[in-house]
Amino acid sequence: MTDQAYNFAYLDEQTKRMIRHAILKGLAIPGYQVPFASREMPMPYGWGTGGVQVSAAVLTPDDRFKVIDQGADDTTNAVSIRSFFERTAGVATTTATAEATVIQTRHRIPEVPLSEGQILVYQVPIPEPLRFLEPRESETRKMHSLEEYGLMHVKLYEDISRHGHIATSYAYPVKVEGRYVMDPSPIPKFDNPKLGDCAAIQLFGAGREQRIYALPPYSKVVSLDFEDHPFEASKADHPCGLCGSVDSYLDEVITDDAGGRMFVCSDTDYCETRQAQGHRGKDAA
Amino acid sequence: MYVAVKGGEAAIRNAHAWLAEERRGDTAVAELSVAQIREQLSLAVNRVMAEGSLYDPDLAALAIKQARGDLIEAVFLIRAYRTTLPRFGSTLPVETAEMACDRRISATFKDLPGGQILGPTFDYTHRLLDFKLAAEGGEDAHPAPAVEGVAPAAVPHVTGFLNREGLIEEAPREDSLPPDLTREPLEMPADRALRLQALTRADEGFTLSLAYSTQRGYARNHAFVGELRIGTVPVEMEIPGLGFSIEIGEITLTECETVNQFTGSKTEPPQFTRGYGLVFGQTERKAISMALVDRALRWEELGEDYQGAPAQDAEFVLYHSDNIQATGFLEHIKLPHYVDFQSELELVRKLRREAGVDSLQEAAE
Repeated sequence: MTDQAYNFAYLDEQTKRMIRHAILKGLAIPGYQVPFASREMPMPYGWGTGGVQVSAAVLTPDDRFKVIDQGADDTTNAVSIRSFFERTAGVATTTATAEATVIQTRHRIPEVPLSEGQILVYQVPIPEPLRFLEPRESETRKMHSLEEYGLMHVKLYEDISRHGHIATSYAYPVKVEGRYVMDPSPIPKFDNPKLGDCAAIQLFGAGREQRIYALPPYSKVVSLDFEDHPFEASKADHPCGLCGSVDSYLDEVITDDAGGRMFVCSDTDYCETRQAQGHRGKDAA
Repeated sequence: MYVAVKGGEAAIRNAHAWLAEERRGDTAVAELSVAQIREQLSLAVNRVMAEGSLYDPDLAALAIKQARGDLIEAVFLIRAYRTTLPRFGSTLPVETAEMACDRRISATFKDLPGGQILGPTFDYTHRLLDFKLAAEGGEDAHPAPAVEGVAPAAVPHVTGFLNREGLIEEAPREDSLPPDLTREPLEMPADRALRLQALTRADEGFTLSLAYSTQRGYARNHAFVGELRIGTVPVEMEIPGLGFSIEIGEITLTECETVNQFTGSKTEPPQFTRGYGLVFGQTERKAISMALVDRALRWEELGEDYQGAPAQDAEFVLYHSDNIQATGFLEHIKLPHYVDFQSELELVRKLRREAGVDSLQEAAE
């Protein structure tokens, strides 16, 4: 099964060591973006090269690996990354969240709470939460080192004064351990509360931007807000059409050309597990 | 009833099979060999080697074949392969002054030691389609041009002549180990060695456009092509335990040195200044562009004003010049984004509700 032409999990040991150094530094300074010498991977930048490098650096032959994209195990890129590690590392794979030891994700945190011993690896497109307020890396690094986050609060305040709400619905910024403002990757803000006090190790890899950052287990993670406009985790106000869950994040699916829609869990493993337990939504067969 | 989209695996397999078929094209037409690409599309091969940062014409030709002629895709294949290669060591700096020149021109002096050597250039061709080339098998027996005399062994650099008069800034030899862009993360501020490293593998189109913008007034730097040379140089390496360096091969390079007018600044006297371009293979458009952009990026060390021009902005230039990074991030927006889009849908609906606009859908319900 393993492709013998390449080292275990594709990257050479030196590179993996360099990445592990960055991960350890990231864990030691939660929320701090550690520069690392990202390699060209055999999939394009933007397809999760940061997450793939982090996974490659932490995987061991005994691991059980799960990959989700938009919450689903069967989206094309999740399939592609899973088969990449099946081929280059020969690790066991699973779609069951609870059985996985390493989970690579794009844009979601699984619905089922993670446990100690698990590692959640996020694919990150733009690691810098201040990037859209200040395009210069030299400036944003200075802002982080001086804890100069006023600009971010002004932006959120302007949203409220203009729209009555904070107009950020995904990649919603958080403050880690009272120090660094961090981009949680483009997860919906519905997932933000799961970032904090999480039993698993959370690692964030941005390949093109050459940054790694991390949340050690049980970190304090607070979504930015104001006393009179507290953070609110929102989702579509419907139950899942297939499993009937009322507290999972939902995808909206267009079912016909007459405007028919239904809402289904974006976390496919969660939804299937519930259906197997006999839960039924209104659109289930 | 809604059935979740399954079968990603089978869809990917089928897409790959179709891609392979499209790559081959009509099987009634003979297959292109890697050697044919290497020999007959050599400028494409050169570009892929330069931007792929790997000097290997056979692999570059293979990448072009596999990529169906998409050169950025070919560069990507080369980069992904390159990063897996073990590193044995570093070569000695190549001596471009000792280049065996196929082409060497100076725009600043009519004649000069070493002479003007036109070489294999498109410069004075008339761009008329040559329909003789379309005639299958009708290979024209182009007689090899008679070689009149042999080029002098060493062709001295033009900037050296100016230097004797002290008219051009010094470019002292610098033997410290340059940073390695492919092994260390790019961090700002970047010194000139790092900037040049990024520019030599930068996208040709991007570099060309930036260079062109300086000519049109966005940080104009009055460049003359002091010299453009294309030819082969030996590559030498010190083998541990041997005690001396040995030649391990030969590569073709294009080098461009620009001579830029400079009236002096608060810190520097009036003198000519330099821009530098050095690129794998015969790649002169890229080398000239690189030299112009290099010069524009040097505003700070020369005490010039920052005019806010894109070509002066090292962060802008270096973070956006890599076509593999750029194309990856650009194209990734076609990957699924249902989750983020859903959260935006909810937000827009909420904002519209509060603004008193009901969407048609909600009105219908």
